[in-house]
Amino acid sequence: MNSAEHQDLAVIGAGPAGVAAALAAADAGARVTILDSAPQAGGQFYRRPAAGLGARRPQALHHAWGTWQSLNARLRAHVEAGRVRHVTDRHVWFVERLETRFTVHALIGPEQTEPDTVTADAVVLATGGYEKVLPFPGWTLPGVVTAGGAQAMLKGGLVLPGRTAVVAGTGPLLMPVAAGLAAAGATIAAYIESADPKSLARHASTLVRNPAKLAEGAQYGAALARRRIPVRTRHTVVRAHGTGRLEAVTVAALDADGRIRPGTARRIPCDTLAVGHGMLPHTDLAQALDCTLDGVNVAVDDEQRTDVPGVWAAGEATGIGGAVLSRAEGEIAGLSVAARLLGAAPDPRVLSAAESVRTRLRAFFAAIDTVYAPPAHWAESVTDDTVVCRCEEVTAGEIREAVDGLGAGDLRTVKLLTRAGMGWCQGRVCAPGVAGVAGCPADTARRPFARPVPLDVLAQPGNPSRNEASHD
Amino acid sequence: MSDRRTPLDLVRAEPGPAYTATFDGREIQVLPGQTVAAALWSAGVTSWRTTRRTGEPRGVFCGIGVCFDCLVTVNGRPNQRACLVPAEPGDAITTQEGTGHDELR
Ligand SMILES: Cc1cc2nc3c(=O)[nH]c(=O)nc-3n(C[C@H](O)[C@H](O)[C@H](O)COP(=O)(O)OP(=O)(O)OC[C@H]3O[C@@H](n4cnc5c(N)ncnc54)[C@H](O)[C@@H]3O)c2cc1C
Ligand code: FES
Repeated sequence: MNSAEHQDLAVIGAGPAGVAAALAAADAGARVTILDSAPQAGGQFYRRPAAGLGARRPQALHHAWGTWQSLNARLRAHVEAGRVRHVTDRHVWFVERLETRFTVHALIGPEQTEPDTVTADAVVLATGGYEKVLPFPGWTLPGVVTAGGAQAMLKGGLVLPGRTAVVAGTGPLLMPVAAGLAAAGATIAAYIESADPKSLARHASTLVRNPAKLAEGAQYGAALARRRIPVRTRHTVVRAHGTGRLEAVTVAALDADGRIRPGTARRIPCDTLAVGHGMLPHTDLAQALDCTLDGVNVAVDDEQRTDVPGVWAAGEATGIGGAVLSRAEGEIAGLSVAARLLGAAPDPRVLSAAESVRTRLRAFFAAIDTVYAPPAHWAESVTDDTVVCRCEEVTAGEIREAVDGLGAGDLRTVKLLTRAGMGWCQGRVCAPGVAGVAGCPADTARRPFARPVPLDVLAQPGNPSRNEASHD
Repeated sequence: MSDRRTPLDLVRAEPGPAYTATFDGREIQVLPGQTVAAALWSAGVTSWRTTRRTGEPRGVFCGIGVCFDCLVTVNGRPNQRACLVPAEPGDAITTQEGTGHDELR
């Protein structure tokens, strides 16, 4: 089933960034297709319970639900008017650039064996991000889940993995996760943050320019206090315990250098550990298009254009910064696409509101980023028998042997010697862990395709497998 | 205190009628719209795969289709991501041992 219709713009991702980009471009008259792997629009932040679950008050799991309702209403109006096509359950695995046009190659979900393509003059990559988790002994036990994953399963499926949870790691995402799990009936035995949020005070001038963000944090703080959730800052999870299933975690205090303070270890019984150490952007599609990266993020200019003509990027693919920043970037991208398709520069007056939101929030998240870094010496508590690459079951001991015994000095060599990062997830999960344990820089691995692609799809005439073989 | 409330209470869910699927032959109740992973969590199951090398149990990790830890066999098809695949009435969900293709070796 091919969607033969040619479009002005293809937007990949229907989260806050992609929806905002599609709305801005469609408002300006462009014909837009949004492709998204999920069955409903909303992305990670506005993930909703499946329709069959009949949620009467989905807002109980959400912050700023009204904002989503108005975005969604505008999206539906455009879809009904035929200006926007929203194709759900499409897993985009490759975007192919042909002269001045693009072919977006997708697999139809959830089975992901049937192909679908869309052609367009321009593309907005709004693929968001995923959670980073650094390894520790026991992190592969069932019951240990990413903090965002616990939230996603709760928001989408209305389920909890257990009854007593510890929420741990670092970063502001832990707050809505703890508040959400608690509101849904889980007992939060402890909230463990490795950073010291008090050091945010050093960024006071940035903070006061973001009162809404401060209020959001205060709201979550109050929710945690109301439920008497014990919060420990400058603490970390040292180990998860259990046989076949999580039974407890050991947490300990950190000293000023980010090392575990001897004698502070404490065991907390729990059946769920929701853990996260920040987020990483999804950059596969951008890299396969040859877009330049800025560190781990897709590099963009003031109009959210990448350095590949016709390709824009917005939201967390260009840097982690939450839903409001993602929306502002999406809007700028959509306005820019609409103007550029007509051969004009976007009107600075229509850009300015979204631009000032973007400037303010980028500064805010830069401050957040410096405060919520994982403990400096986290890799020291990763024991040799700890699995670091979950797919290929490569242990820290094997990685250390590759470095110390066999002289591997970069991630690529470690990967070739140990198979770390060569499994199903293609290193998306283990890359920061392997780099940390190996003591080498975390490069951004190039993956030819953003999704595993069945061979019979690749073998079909007109598919980009042959061109791709020339990439490294 | 309303402490033992459930996620369904929280959002005042009025789901359509539950249907039956099986996990390793045992009947489980599934609510419409839930993924295989959500259905298994509701049934109190948190692991449904063993790893290829060491036979360790695994279940959901990332919850959004990135990590491939939640692989499971559904109606005889191995390597389905339980966190993405919707559960259907009558599904036979089975624990996936290793690659799920061991009988082909
Ligand atoms: C699991 C998880 C849970 C989160 N929960 C919260 C929360 O509760 N509160 C909070 O403040 N922040 C949360 N966040 C942070 C969240 O990422 C941002 O706040 C916000 O959603 C980013 O918006 P975005 O539009 O850039 O990306 P996203 O919202 O991530 O949207 C990206 C969309 O693109 C789709 N996509 C990605 N790759 C492809 C592809 N190759 N083909 C097709 N579609 C694709 C995804 O399915 C998704 O729908 C969460 C993040 C994660 C990873
Ligand atoms: S839990 Fe990560 S892919 Fe399903």
